[in-house]
Amino acid sequence: MLVKRPEMPEQNPEERIHNFSEVALGYTEEQAVIEASRCLQCKKPQCIKGCPVEINIPAFIKNIAEKDFEASASELKRANTLPAICGRVCPQETQCEIECTLGKKGEPIAIGRLERFAADYELEKGVHIPEIPAPTGYRVAVVGSGPASLTVAADLARIGHSVTILEALHEAGGVLIYGIPEFRLPKEIVRAEVDFIKKLGVQIKLNFVVGKLRSVDELLTEYDAVFLGSGAGLPSFLGIEGENLNGVYSANEFLTRVNLMKAYRFPDYDTPVKKGKHVVVVGAGNVAMDAARCALRLGAENVTIVYRRGEDEMTARIEEVQHAKDEGIHFKLLTNPTVIHGDENNWVKSVECIKMRLGEPDESGRPRPEPIPGTEHEIPTDVAVIAIGTTPNPLIPSTTKDLQTSRRNIIPTDAECRTSKEGVFAGGDVVTGSATVISAMGAGKIAARAIDQYLRRLR
Amino acid sequence: MTYTILEKEELAPEIYLLKLYAPEVANKSEPGQFIIIRIDESGERIPLTIADYNRDAGIITVVFMEIGKTTKQLAALKSGDSLSDVVGPLGNPAHIPENSVVLFVGGGVGVTTVYPEAREFKKAGNTIISIIGARSENLLIWEDRVRSVSDELYITTDDGTKGHHGFVTDVLTDILRERSVDLVVAIGPVVMMRAVAGVTKPFGVKTIVSLNPVMVDGTGMCGSCRVLVGGETKFTCVDGPEFDAHQVDFTLLMSRLAAYRDEEAASLEKFMHEHDGDEKC
Repeated sequence: MLVKRPEMPEQNPEERIHNFSEVALGYTEEQAVIEASRCLQCKKPQCIKGCPVEINIPAFIKNIAEKDFEASASELKRANTLPAICGRVCPQETQCEIECTLGKKGEPIAIGRLERFAADYELEKGVHIPEIPAPTGYRVAVVGSGPASLTVAADLARIGHSVTILEALHEAGGVLIYGIPEFRLPKEIVRAEVDFIKKLGVQIKLNFVVGKLRSVDELLTEYDAVFLGSGAGLPSFLGIEGENLNGVYSANEFLTRVNLMKAYRFPDYDTPVKKGKHVVVVGAGNVAMDAARCALRLGAENVTIVYRRGEDEMTARIEEVQHAKDEGIHFKLLTNPTVIHGDENNWVKSVECIKMRLGEPDESGRPRPEPIPGTEHEIPTDVAVIAIGTTPNPLIPSTTKDLQTSRRNIIPTDAECRTSKEGVFAGGDVVTGSATVISAMGAGKIAARAIDQYLRRLR
Repeated sequence: MTYTILEKEELAPEIYLLKLYAPEVANKSEPGQFIIIRIDESGERIPLTIADYNRDAGIITVVFMEIGKTTKQLAALKSGDSLSDVVGPLGNPAHIPENSVVLFVGGGVGVTTVYPEAREFKKAGNTIISIIGARSENLLIWEDRVRSVSDELYITTDDGTKGHHGFVTDVLTDILRERSVDLVVAIGPVVMMRAVAGVTKPFGVKTIVSLNPVMVDGTGMCGSCRVLVGGETKFTCVDGPEFDAHQVDFTLLMSRLAAYRDEEAASLEKFMHEHDGDEKC
């Protein structure tokens, strides 16, 4: 029995920092079969417990080991509408793979890489569209088109409900399109998975801002139920002096310009983005890593991640931190920005920081960072990106009657994704605050079941 | 879904009007709101104020000045062409007062934003005084329309070719000296709005300006349009576009508007170079 998984082929760091092409290249058929054959096919598989969308993991892996890749893809799609996306961006190491029995003695089975392999195989060979039962006659509006919404829409369409997705931007996919960069999740893959959802009969209306074009209350007169999957789109800032200087971006703006608007291809694409030589990114989540690696690819000489806590507290996936380090991103941990200084033309010139030390645990359970007096220092900067999180947009709560919200426009739900308002369900970041693609998809699955039950009771 | 241009008109040199077929947007539009458009796949998203709307016909009207690459490209489109994306109505509608004397100040293309607001303000029973200005007579637009919804109309041109020879602020100062005005609404170039704010402040007259900073999504997602109002950071797209003129940090607004000057110049140069041949035909 092999204890190690085959290495994932990758573009080497020296090359990839000059392009936006995908970093991880995917297993070959041979590698996939070798890896799939390592699976113990446990009688009581623990891995499934770790999967928010309940994929029958041993079954799809067995199909790969038997070289029946089409069957493997079908097995994945039974539970997961977006396998080519999840295979790339899910934190498998903390979800399914951490449960793997093989992991006790060697490396756990590479579930994510195998998922990606089977999904990509299907995308290349042509996607199989499952049969859809006769229409139930019920209509559901899904607000937003990120991972939670796409999951709800697909699951409801597959049981015969009529689903319409309403997306504010000009392209469907939410954070998968505007946030996660091309080199980590090619937009062609997102488009292919969205296309699959359209083929299930889901209608997608773009440029449709709920709260402006229609209120949720108006939607309830046209649809039998509404799902709010509008995410956490409002960027947080530090609230320090100098944050409105030119050259200071929210991560949302920086990534939207680069990814959705393709500013990395300016001037062939019209949207510009400032290409900094000395870039500071504040924060240490996946979004911060994405912003830092985008800045590098735009031509920065040095990119520094500034984070007020330590290595162990960083919220980004280990793999993403490693990729960033391999590419030469600098990490200044236990460092907190205090002021952003500008030049005479109102452009950012430097970020003033102070060193931090970890104290007693705070309300999040993590050690509270405290400033160390006398350690103030400046980092020369011409582009700064603030990647310290996002909260839900107030537009929907402020235009919906009787919709209960909690702190920072979060829309609370019960365990079945029901909001305080009859017929209105919610899931993903709008409920949890910014989290992962897969947790949003897990909520989407639960919401789809709850919405189906709700609709059937309407009769 | 595409958004067809039903009509295009050159209102003045380098100032164009487009009527767009966007029934859903028209149906919800209110004075003071704006749309974001994207011409094609490689286009940028730019905000344009809604100058008028016809809910029955499903039409929204926008007016813009040719300045950069995108507006030049937009100006080159013809009736029957279409835009890839139109999203809106965005921003908050203008707050309509009651029983008030309202003085509108419109400069350049801003005059077309004054019109629907003045119309609705008048309908609500307010007294409307309007001052509209341009560099020169040939750049003065929508005079008749604004006149039709105003109790009094004053015209200024920088070069004296029509109306008062000078700036809108000259006439504004005279009026404020003579009588009482409840509200001033100024819409136009930033320098004009800043000047108006400067004039009205000593008179203690509440003054509203409509801001048009750089935007990307227009729905509160990016923060590109952040402005400082009364010392607080606001997003123009969701908190505005109208703000208390006496609280706006105009210096910051102007420096942020100039943030992409180099890129805008490069983009325009490339566009002009590629379309060199077209103009010679």
